[in-house]
Amino acid sequence: MSLTTDDVNKIAHLARLGVDIQDVDTYAHDLSGILDLVTQMSQLNTEGVAPMAHPMEQSQRLRPDRVTETNMREKFQAIAPQVEAGLYLVPKVIE
Amino acid sequence: MNNKTIAELARGLRAGEFSSVELTQGYLERIRQFSVLNAYITVTAEQALAQAEAADKRLAAGTADLLTGIPVAQKDIFCTDGVKTSCGSKMLDNFISPYNATVVEKLNAAGAVMLGKSNMDEFAMGSSNETSFYGSVQNPWNVSCVPGGSSGGSAAAVAAGLTAGATGTDTGGSIRQPAAFCGITGLKPTYGRVSRYGMIAYASSLDQGGPMTRTAEDAAIMLQAMAGFDEKDSTSVDRPVPDYSSGLNQPLSGLKIGLPKEFFGEGLNGEIATVIETAVNEYRKLGAEVKEVSMPNLKHAIPAYYVIAPAECSANLSRFDGVRFGYRCDNPADLSDLYTRSRGETFGKEVKRRILIGTYALSAGYYDAYYLKAQKVRRLISDDFKSALAEVDVLMGPVSPTVAFGLGEKTGDPIQMYLSDIYTIAVNLAGLPAMSIPAGFVDGKPVGLQIIGNYFAEDRLLNVAHRYQMNTDWHKQVPKGFE
Repeated sequence: MSLTTDDVNKIAHLARLGVDIQDVDTYAHDLSGILDLVTQMSQLNTEGVAPMAHPMEQSQRLRPDRVTETNMREKFQAIAPQVEAGLYLVPKVIE
Repeated sequence: MNNKTIAELARGLRAGEFSSVELTQGYLERIRQFSVLNAYITVTAEQALAQAEAADKRLAAGTADLLTGIPVAQKDIFCTDGVKTSCGSKMLDNFISPYNATVVEKLNAAGAVMLGKSNMDEFAMGSSNETSFYGSVQNPWNVSCVPGGSSGGSAAAVAAGLTAGATGTDTGGSIRQPAAFCGITGLKPTYGRVSRYGMIAYASSLDQGGPMTRTAEDAAIMLQAMAGFDEKDSTSVDRPVPDYSSGLNQPLSGLKIGLPKEFFGEGLNGEIATVIETAVNEYRKLGAEVKEVSMPNLKHAIPAYYVIAPAECSANLSRFDGVRFGYRCDNPADLSDLYTRSRGETFGKEVKRRILIGTYALSAGYYDAYYLKAQKVRRLISDDFKSALAEVDVLMGPVSPTVAFGLGEKTGDPIQMYLSDIYTIAVNLAGLPAMSIPAGFVDGKPVGLQIIGNYFAEDRLLNVAHRYQMNTDWHKQVPKGFE
């Protein structure tokens, strides 16, 4: 399994992850090696095996739909990069 | 004082030999003295002394818990209200957590004194502590070697006497491998036993917090305070917590030990194999029966892990986007640029590799071939453990194929680093509890014996570890210069 630099750039875009141009070749090499490692699983016959998501086969618990948290907006926003009037600010999205 | 166990310190506090404030001052002084080890990212001296004063009052009033007044370190993956929680990353270098993790709440409630936040691999991704934004940690047994990872700061701090106990987290061996490399006791509980609330998520179906201490007796004391159902963690298991200390002394006659033959194959250092055999013989003397068992699918654990863990990490780490907390890049051109550069300018190479692999494995057209396949392999590995543990009470083997390796020795080759977790990773895939306890030395560096038990059999594991420690003194060894 071999990934090209184009593949790396495409995956990095999907992950919204900046990767330095000079590092793309190294990532292509490293990721290809990791994929070679993980594709060794394909040697194993898993026909009819149920996928395992949780060690105890536990499913998500439900709880009554009532308010349990107090409003901590000010505390949470105190550590935000940029806020105004109780809102988180990001670059303009809609013209 | 610095090399006493939690149990000994608790007795000393009650006998009035020293106060928690004196104890805390002593540890804070040692942390300063040995700051070159880089075991801590943040030292919380002021808060620690305030907690120690409160603990002394509780001790005087007779309302103290076993952990009241005992200094501990929190791995910097656990959120601590009002204290920087970096997770070893530049992304969270400015993050002052607005709340406490459940583990922190519980240890605070027990009266433990937090000395600070211990160093770790970035977002717990690493086996050597070398991916930390704050630099690597030195192994007290050999300062040119790694302490292991990802809970490397916690392990080094306990081994060097810079704390009495510490918390760690284990996704693929991150408690057991550093415990082995630093010659201490580490316990990874059953998945769901200790709350993950406020424990920054790496791979949610594998992550589990646990204690790192000098002895099994201390691990029992810490786990008692950490374990339990938490409605804030949707994967927490609602099941009573037994008394972990009461069964420690039970005799081991009739204990059935299984040795998975795949743990002793190619790649294992021969001298480590000898140390493990010697430890198993010690158990024979204590009355245990030993038999060989087989785990034919073990070799597929690393491939399955390096799909499941990166896939879950790529989803979990998408929350770090520069919008609500953490790092934000300067002058973003638009929203996409804000996300891409905030993440690109802060995440280290190992974190980026895992996000990229996970994103690829989950991308359209590849899900069945990677993630679904890995979950099926996971089932087969878990079934291997189930059949083995139907025949025996515990499994034993090495924690790691080598002792602590040199700083920088494996950083250039991620795959070599991944392969060093062969004996620990399968346990996380199955969700079982497991321990590492000191069992000897090779080239002057500690070797860990791994003990794996059935689901929720932490009490049995602690008993098996404790009886060994009553009859051997490997856990009492202290690295030169740290006496």
